[in-house]
Amino acid sequence: MGIKIDDICFEYERGTAMQVTALDHISAEIPDNQFIGLIGHTGSGKSTLVQTLNGLLKPTSGHIYYNGEDISGEKFDKKKLRADVGLVFQYPEHQLFEIDVLTDVMFGPKNLGLSDAEAKKRALEALESVHMPEKYYKSSPFDLSGGQKRRAAIAGVLAMRPKILILDEPTAGLDPKGRDGILGMISDMKKNLNMTIILVSHSMDDVARYVDRIMVMGGGKLLYDDEPVKVFRHVQELENLGLAAPQITYIMKLLKEKGLDVSTDALTVEQAAAEIMAHRRELHV
Amino acid sequence: MFDTITLGQYYQTDSLLHRLDPRVKLVGTFVYLISLFVVDSFVGYIAAALFLAAMIMLSNVPFRYIVRGMKTIVFLLLITVVFNLFLTPGEVIWHAGIFKITREGLTFAIKMAVRLSLLILGSSIMTLTTTPTQLTDALESLLRPLKKVHVPVHEIAMMMSIALRFIPILMEETDKIMKAQIARGADFESKNIVKKIKSMVPLLVPLFISAFRRANDLAMAMEARCYRGGEGRTKMKPLVYHGRDRVAYMVLLAFFAICILTRIFF
Repeated sequence: MGIKIDDICFEYERGTAMQVTALDHISAEIPDNQFIGLIGHTGSGKSTLVQTLNGLLKPTSGHIYYNGEDISGEKFDKKKLRADVGLVFQYPEHQLFEIDVLTDVMFGPKNLGLSDAEAKKRALEALESVHMPEKYYKSSPFDLSGGQKRRAAIAGVLAMRPKILILDEPTAGLDPKGRDGILGMISDMKKNLNMTIILVSHSMDDVARYVDRIMVMGGGKLLYDDEPVKVFRHVQELENLGLAAPQITYIMKLLKEKGLDVSTDALTVEQAAAEIMAHRRELHV
Repeated sequence: MFDTITLGQYYQTDSLLHRLDPRVKLVGTFVYLISLFVVDSFVGYIAAALFLAAMIMLSNVPFRYIVRGMKTIVFLLLITVVFNLFLTPGEVIWHAGIFKITREGLTFAIKMAVRLSLLILGSSIMTLTTTPTQLTDALESLLRPLKKVHVPVHEIAMMMSIALRFIPILMEETDKIMKAQIARGADFESKNIVKKIKSMVPLLVPLFISAFRRANDLAMAMEARCYRGGEGRTKMKPLVYHGRDRVAYMVLLAFFAICILTRIFF
């Protein structure tokens, strides 16, 4: 069933001189089992949007339906929603607080009212899904490296077994190696666990190779909502928004301009290489 | 989550009060607070209230915004009123069981309520129209004579400005951590006091760690820019008195004189 967003708006500091419109009439549907990239420049409203999805922020107008039920409805069980729609915030390692990694990951499941044994089982599963080495399970979360801390924090949300997992800029502040590690891990999670993942990012290169669908936000509006290939055909418009297509798209475009008749729809280096090889006769080599 | 706490947060706009030298505003607020304890009569309170109303009008801050900030201290106000109302000895005018209200208690409670409201409104007018940086600049400048007796005036002012600067940051941080923990199923709205205290752990531990991390980063950034205290340090915007500041001092003096007069004659 998934989530249905119906014409929502959100304003910060409503009724003061500092009023800011963060969401401007957004409508979209998020079905089960899809990998979505939510892209936008800083201040485009993407973080606000994901916070409305699990009821942390209430839209100033419009409705959000989860499995057909209005989540702002009085009888709606917000706690259940937050278990089903897991949200990993930016810099999630800042929320770690327990004495060891395992206990910290168990915090979420225990809040769901599960027994210690069940919470521990889920925590161990989650830690395995984020590829956390077993030797760290009993370490203090504050002794881990930046990338490991982030894995522990993501496991903390994953242990609640959400049906929809939202990750807000999960690679922010990591070095290239840490970034690829986290993105690869998220991609594995998508393959192994049956759930919808929404990956929030400002970098097209991060999401292009993994997702089924891209939603582009700018100035509080949802501007594009389509397959990655189709979204990246709007290179010029994306650049005007302060975003960019993946670097490989630029290379393919340049090749085409120079007279090589390649398709510019490649999203990864591998696809681009295959495409160029298919046209190698034209290269006269 | 903390959108509602507006008590005394700087309100960006242009007005005569905003442009006034922060030293005048600091001295003015002190004089006003003292005057509230000088006056002790109906006429005196009217004068103080009128003065405050004039200041609010001059400040260009919407009255609604100021009142909304007051909401957070209503509870404190109520406690004061209730205690004074029931616990002041004197001539009983109403009683039910062990509760009794005396004439003295009633007048005292009303006076306290008015005094406290004016006190808080008066000081919030200063912080609403003055940025924390201006405020600490003013403090440093006013306390400068104390340097002669080896009071570390610059250091005190610097600590104050850092503390003030960090209030909104830590507030935002609290909000973020709270949301992150709510997303993990934490319950901050429990009515049970034991549960409530326990539920603070996932909030306070990350908050303290983040505060220490920020303090560390700040110290490093200050050192990287060769900060070594106030000795020989110049200001980008030195404080200079203008004509309007002198007029403001006169108005203050006049107001204080009126307050003393009401104390003598009413």
